[in-house]
Amino acid sequence: MTSLPPAAAQTGKKLGLVIDLDTCVGCQACAVSCKEWNTSGYSAPLTDEKPYGDEPMGVWLNRIHSYETGEEDQSRVVHFPRSCLHCEEPACVTVCPTGASYKRAEDGIVLVNPDTCIGCKLCSWACPYGAREYDYDHGVMKKCTLCVDRIYNDNLLEEDRVPACVKACPTSARHFGDLGDPESDVSKLVADRGGYDLMPEMGYKPVNQYLPPRPRRDGASAQPVPVAAKTQEVDASGTTSLDRLFAWVDHKLTR
Amino acid sequence: MHPAYSVIIFTTSSGAGYGLLALLACLILSGQPVPENPFVTITLGLALALISVGLLSSTFHLGRPERAWRAFSQWRTSWLSREGVLAVVTFVPAGLLFLGSLVFEVSGFLWTLAWLATLVLAIATVACTAMIYASLKTIRQWHSPWVVPVYLVLAAASGAVLLVALLHLFGGQNATIGFAASATLAAGLLIKLGYWHSIDHAKKTHTIGAATGLGGKGPVRQVASPHSGENFIMKEMGYKVARRHAAKLRRLALLFGFVVPAAAIALGTVSGALIGTILSLGAVVVCAIGLSMERWLFFAEAQHVVSLYYGAEAA
Ligand code: SF4
Ligand code: SF4
Repeated sequence: MTSLPPAAAQTGKKLGLVIDLDTCVGCQACAVSCKEWNTSGYSAPLTDEKPYGDEPMGVWLNRIHSYETGEEDQSRVVHFPRSCLHCEEPACVTVCPTGASYKRAEDGIVLVNPDTCIGCKLCSWACPYGAREYDYDHGVMKKCTLCVDRIYNDNLLEEDRVPACVKACPTSARHFGDLGDPESDVSKLVADRGGYDLMPEMGYKPVNQYLPPRPRRDGASAQPVPVAAKTQEVDASGTTSLDRLFAWVDHKLTR
Repeated sequence: MHPAYSVIIFTTSSGAGYGLLALLACLILSGQPVPENPFVTITLGLALALISVGLLSSTFHLGRPERAWRAFSQWRTSWLSREGVLAVVTFVPAGLLFLGSLVFEVSGFLWTLAWLATLVLAIATVACTAMIYASLKTIRQWHSPWVVPVYLVLAAASGAVLLVALLHLFGGQNATIGFAASATLAAGLLIKLGYWHSIDHAKKTHTIGAATGLGGKGPVRQVASPHSGENFIMKEMGYKVARRHAAKLRRLALLFGFVVPAAAIALGTVSGALIGTILSLGAVVVCAIGLSMERWLFFAEAQHVVSLYYGAEAA
């Protein structure tokens, strides 16, 4: 059904991701992990075309961009993972003529039913975030499922019941939880760090939130980092025992 | 947006078919004299054939055409679904009229009702087609109050060109209808100029800064794309047409779509039967070329907001 679930049917649960643009290093681990899980998961297969040819192309549900932002000493590169935001008012659902694209009442996850999708691609036109990728081979639309087949999967260890991207991120830049519950860890994180919606003016009310990069400390406000003083004893001449050890090794070796 | 031929054929061919249906209904309901019977049957048949070609062509755009019937189910929210439902419903009165006209004179109260239903449904179907595009907030050039009138007027204009040619072929040409057709084409020209003026001057309200949320710290530039090759998003939504190329095509679309057919039809109404028929048939061909260009531009000039993530500054 492509009508959005009526308010009465909703549980208030809004499962989603919080993505920390401060710590993301753009390593693509989440994208690869997503591809690996989902190519045999709910959306299987995530077809690749000519994977070893001149112009490889394929379905990925998570794409990592890199942007340069800020000027002078505030200038920086921000890595920016982009996937479905599981919007609260998603036109990708309401435009669907078949009911294949739907939003679940129980947890807000937006899914495509691969058995009823006719591959008209209209939902991908309606999504402002480029979150849906058409599978030319399979003839149906593919999108992030929030790993609906992991997060409720009793066959997995409790700590593994999170989306594959969250599990894979080496810098813990991705967090998963219920953004409808103000007391959840993810909601607190968003409140703490000033998490924000992408293109709020579109009115889709994304559930996923992005945490802004922290401001870079400039020369004047930076605190001196007293690393050496804390961990090493410094003798009168200002050299540490470690420095003396290196000097000794250097001396022995160069002889 | 990528201008897919299946969708260009779908919107132009079914638009002309519905235009022809609606104008024939108007002609009959207004009590204008029409030529002897094969005219009504053939006109209805041609209109239904154009609609069928359009609908068939739209299924080539689908990944799973065998499931197309499912598209009739979500008319509560989806303009595409509404369009599908109305397209099929229109076949009921129009099909009955077509079959009826093979045997009877299709006049009388019940037939009048059928003509009325055909007229209303044809207009509603074209409006739904337009709303598929006009309802998308993601594409500024489509999410515009001009789009529905453009589709309606262009359907009427292409239907008028066909109707005039058919009237000529059946010896029923009449100056009022000829000039009315030319006036409809002139209206098409004006409305396209208005549409282009509005999309050229509208402010681009979405920026790469809002798309990424990084705009507060100064300009945002993409330094690395997520993928070295193409993907579906770039193929489908990354299509761009060069400004100069688009400007040339716009001029050609206006010339072929409206100016030449309007002039040919006007000339045809004041010349002899043979010349008039030749001119009106020429108008059909030229108008089809022009409107295909117009529809190609409708897609090619549309910029999707997702282009912001791929480095566009504003959309
Ligand atoms: S991000 Fe796009 S695909 Fe996902 S729910 Fe929002 S509009 Fe739909
Ligand atoms: S591509 Fe599939 S899911 Fe998307 S709008 Fe069409 S039928 Fe619905």
